Amino acid sequence: MKAIIHVGLKPGVLDPQGRAIARSLVDLGFNGVKDARQGKVIELDLTHADKAAAQKDVTNMCEKLLANTVIESYRITIED
Amino acid sequence: MRSAVITFPASNCDRDAAVALEQITGRKTEMIWHRETTLPAGIDFVVLPGGFSYGDYLRCGAMAARSPIVEDIVKKAKGGLPVAGFCNGFQILCETGLLPGALMRNASLKFVCKPQSLNITNGASRFTSAYKDQKDVTIPVAHHDGNYFADKQTLDMLEKSGRVVFKYNGNPNGSARDIAGICNEGGNVLGMMPHPERAVDPMHGGTDGINLFKSVLESF
Repeated sequence: MKAIIHVGLKPGVLDPQGRAIARSLVDLGFNGVKDARQGKVIELDLTHADKAAAQKDVTNMCEKLLANTVIESYRITIED
Repeated sequence: MRSAVITFPASNCDRDAAVALEQITGRKTEMIWHRETTLPAGIDFVVLPGGFSYGDYLRCGAMAARSPIVEDIVKKAKGGLPVAGFCNGFQILCETGLLPGALMRNASLKFVCKPQSLNITNGASRFTSAYKDQKDVTIPVAHHDGNYFADKQTLDMLEKSGRVVFKYNGNPNGSARDIAGICNEGGNVLGMMPHPERAVDPMHGGTDGINLFKSVLESF
């Protein structure tokens, strides 16, 4: 089983890297870009057999280490 | 005062901190490896040094904050043990929750490394009392992720309660309200991005860091 975790800055938290990306894209002529947010993707290979148990475990991992919930939010997808 | 410095993988200011402490206390500093589970008995002051613990992987300070020795430090800090974190040490203290907020990438996206003027916004703290009437100090900064962030409510609370200890004169990293260093509610835990341990010898170009360590020493 696989867990894919998207971690990104919460809305409202200034993302200077995202802003630099947006500015570079506009410089390249992509005028349709209004803003960008940069985050990260963490993929975990799990030994879990049960999806619900995996979801619960991965949520704990996010709360304990993978995301800093002061500034970041996370989204978990569990795949077979 | 018996002091200890914690070394994490890729700490690089641990020796500087130990030398500074030895110069000011006149006693040997205990160097503690991050895998230790308890501080030696009789330690009065702990420094979490600067550097790039765990290569800044995941987030600055995130993994160090979950290491065995830090668990013991958090417990003892909650019981009143004086603890200071400089640069990466500040990031670690925020990651443990001992200090509120988080350190984000510098607004300029550039690494800043220079002598930095600071305003002492709380001269009565356990870490600043020896500065007496000195209002401004120059202490070097060297970081990529020193942009202090907390929500408005937390920032208001920190300012109103005198927990903002240092502010930047000329903000180098985009920190909220120019915050350079804060302490916890008990006043025994300090986190700051500048490096006082790099300003204790005239050869460093300044000695404004000395009084920070002296303040702790005199508080016993």
